[in-house]
Amino acid sequence: MSVPLLIKNARLIDPSDGSDAAGDLLIVDGVIARRGSTNGSVPDGTRVVDGTGMVAAPGFIDLHAHLREPGGEDKETIATGTAAGARGGFTTLCCMPNTNPAIDSAAVVELIVRRAAEAGPIRVLPFGAVSRGRSGVELTDMEELARAGAVGFTDDGSPVATGHLMQMALLYAGQLGPSTGSGRRLPVMDHCEDHSITKGLGVNEGWVASRLGLAGYPSAAEESIVARDIALLDLVGGALHIAHLSTAGAIDQVRRAKERGLLVTAEATPHHLTMTEEWVLGEHGRGQAGAALSAAAYETRAKVSPPLRAEADRLALVAGLADGTVDAVATDHAPHTFGDKEVPFEEAAVGLSVLETAFGSLMGLVHAGALDLPTLIHRLTVGPAGVLGERYAPLATLREGTPADVVLFDPGESWTVDAASFASKGKNTPLDGETLTGRVKLTVAGGEIAFDGLGA
Amino acid sequence: MPTERLLMTGEDMRRVIARIAHEIVERNRGAGGLVLVGLQRRGVPLAHWLASAIEAFEGVEVPVGALDTNLYRDDLTSRPQPTVRATTLPVDVDDKVVVLVDDVLYTGRTARAALNALMDLGRPTQVQLAVMVDRGHRELPIRADYVGKNVPTAADEQVRVRVGDFDSVDEVVLVVDASLVAAEDGARA
Amino acid sequence: MTTRAPSEKATTSSTGTPGMGAGPRRHVLDLDDFSAAEIGALLDSAEAMREVMDRSIKKVPSLRGKVVVTLFLEPSTRTRVSFEQAGKMLSADVINIGGAGSAAEKGESLLNTALTLQAMHADLIVIRHPHSGAPYFLARHLRSTGVVNAGDGMHAHPTQALLDLMTMRRHLGSLEGARVVIVGDVLHSRVARSDAFGLAASGASVVLCGPPTMMPLDLLRANRDGGPDGGPDAGSNPGPGRSLPNVTVEPDLDTAIAGADAVIALRLQTERQAAGMLPSLREYTRRWQVTEARMALAKPGALLMHPGPMNEGLEITSALAHGPTAQIEEQVTNGVAIRMALLYSLLTGTEERP
Repeated sequence: MSVPLLIKNARLIDPSDGSDAAGDLLIVDGVIARRGSTNGSVPDGTRVVDGTGMVAAPGFIDLHAHLREPGGEDKETIATGTAAGARGGFTTLCCMPNTNPAIDSAAVVELIVRRAAEAGPIRVLPFGAVSRGRSGVELTDMEELARAGAVGFTDDGSPVATGHLMQMALLYAGQLGPSTGSGRRLPVMDHCEDHSITKGLGVNEGWVASRLGLAGYPSAAEESIVARDIALLDLVGGALHIAHLSTAGAIDQVRRAKERGLLVTAEATPHHLTMTEEWVLGEHGRGQAGAALSAAAYETRAKVSPPLRAEADRLALVAGLADGTVDAVATDHAPHTFGDKEVPFEEAAVGLSVLETAFGSLMGLVHAGALDLPTLIHRLTVGPAGVLGERYAPLATLREGTPADVVLFDPGESWTVDAASFASKGKNTPLDGETLTGRVKLTVAGGEIAFDGLGA
Repeated sequence: MPTERLLMTGEDMRRVIARIAHEIVERNRGAGGLVLVGLQRRGVPLAHWLASAIEAFEGVEVPVGALDTNLYRDDLTSRPQPTVRATTLPVDVDDKVVVLVDDVLYTGRTARAALNALMDLGRPTQVQLAVMVDRGHRELPIRADYVGKNVPTAADEQVRVRVGDFDSVDEVVLVVDASLVAAEDGARA
Repeated sequence: MTTRAPSEKATTSSTGTPGMGAGPRRHVLDLDDFSAAEIGALLDSAEAMREVMDRSIKKVPSLRGKVVVTLFLEPSTRTRVSFEQAGKMLSADVINIGGAGSAAEKGESLLNTALTLQAMHADLIVIRHPHSGAPYFLARHLRSTGVVNAGDGMHAHPTQALLDLMTMRRHLGSLEGARVVIVGDVLHSRVARSDAFGLAASGASVVLCGPPTMMPLDLLRANRDGGPDGGPDAGSNPGPGRSLPNVTVEPDLDTAIAGADAVIALRLQTERQAAGMLPSLREYTRRWQVTEARMALAKPGALLMHPGPMNEGLEITSALAHGPTAQIEEQVTNGVAIRMALLYSLLTGTEERP
């Protein structure tokens, strides 16, 4: 069993009960043994960490990470992906089923669960595919997948191909899940994109795309599928989760659907919350209209689906995160190899390596006054746990007796992103070289130290 | 601070032009079959000047052309990027006597490039070279047939010939400590 | 927004503005970083190159020992031959890569192909690529070899724009205040984009005309809303749509062409009709074909240009294409001259490259 751990004199933020106070946190035998009190005895051999100036919170839960295994081990493995997650403060990663083979059978779910257990203490919760082979035609054996450990369903990477398939998936998955609890069923997560409009390109429709001579991915291509999914949710029930929401219009739709009491949840990524389409011009988003393009333009590391949007979209997204329309921040961590990205823009793979920069870049919102720290932590813990269902609530709290999934971070420490030093195999981030303020120092999962950056 | 020392006034230049014009006609036994070709840029107005002088006493209108040597230079990569200017020959130079006209003879590289350029344009029976100033420091076995003035110089000095068409004044000056003004017309050798 | 690192500046300065900046220009990626003065100097130099083209011995030794590689990863004969011709007239060694049997066809990545050419000490790579931005990608990765964009996807075609400017300047004199109409499939046209930048720098105004399905959406929105497209800072931007400078959009060709000094008809890819972007080629012809009657609305003596190859009877009538206002062949000649001027300018000047 792991060594007992005492975090002394940290600011303890627990969004599960809204508490926010200085105190100690004692972890013994994988559970939170004591919270708050600075008195009381500690077991022999307890490691004591001085948390002065730091914040302790429940470990972050990522609803959306591409761990690439099986089939894409040159991009990432469960071992490297969970190590990257631990460095980013994440104790739970939901992995996406666009692997090879896809997570469309119990055997693949079991493989992932086993690999994750071998890799370390970070929890890996697989999403199963909606359709067999993610081909958009036949439903997977959802009940069998759920029994093996799938926590939801998605064809992410692609949208749920047709309205018909979405309707069937909501109906079928809506009958699955734990029989006890509040009635929350297994969510169907959708990557909302009308391929006939976007043609798969990772740049927003707007002046940047036009300037670069690239076919743009308009907001409408996302919003039309969000509208379809919400209408179907209204028709047949179930639980709908919108992946990586990126437009002001889509936020409005989700907000109105929630007001009507529909069981829709949504996530937004750190990059859509902090970056805009100008990042595709290179120069870390400093490209201006009217200026000549530099050789840094066509920044493939900023190519992502959905694309980085306009500033108005970004602001709507931040507002949605603040008011709860966006339930969770999810990374959409999409590691790629050098060769996947070092090609002309139109040929480059989509996605960013996010796990290790997510918290630092999100803290930029807090430092800028756009979001308060407890809200941010809520959207990284209680929010995503709520999407997964009540049985995951114990992972998103510092309550005594719950599993010790804890992150300790220094909100004021500045550091420079060095992609080459990532634990992730994916070095594909446009933030390379950027200075972020807010750094994870210690990640504890199930009482075990998954990442220790206190010496750094 | 670069300083300039006057070597020739406009009046001096006019006298030199008149003398060289006579030398050219004397040596070639008349002005028939002559073509004057100025090297871009300041050789061109000097060539026109010579042609007028010849016409004044010989009554023959000598054709004047312009030649840009930049495309034939062997030292393009060691100097600021030159602008290529027009090459125009009013007549075929085959079987003609061509007198190349330039302002300053220095290393000889411009004259060498001009010879190559000329050979691509035709087959003159003879090529001669006339310059306003010979400042020495030859790097190639080239000499001028007609020289306005021999001026011994140091390598870091610069001889600048000014002609009205470009400079609003006719004069020849020696620029001392030329490194400070090299950018202005360092392409000229 | 995330905090930004001051240290990052150092990583971009080496790959920064492609052409200008401190030393001499190494790359020509688009005309967006060309000043009027730089364009003027190139056009002057191209006039001198035309004299070389007129000689019986069409060769000068200025680029002796320089290696120019044309890397054409999209079918194109005229542009490649034009560059090859230009290089050879200047005595450069021109090596053509692309098409059947090339490394690209065997699956070698563009990066590795380019790095290989650099390792072989190629001085310049002239690249044609089906994807926008490919020349920028090369420029970012090459340390000593220069890059010339010979057309990338639907982004830019700077040498075509320069030859268009040269053709217009030869006939119109100054381009200051000229009205130039570009008609056709603007959306997919790298020629239209580069022409717009070159013409804007030269003081001309550009009218874009064509089917709304073939017009960049941001320009259409700007036209519809009567103001710049985009965020709160859009007002400070140079053009009505922030993506192109000094252009207006006019869907009706008769209106667009009235009083024009020059008309550039773009090639229409007939596949666009099958892709659902046009009702029929017949309807396109009726609305956007450049005809004698329409040219009569332009200024007397207005020029008619086309980047080629033409679909006679589609975007342009056959009679016009071969009529007195057409500059099609002159454009081809000027194309060689301007490419000579460009190669000369890029490959001479300084030995040491950063």
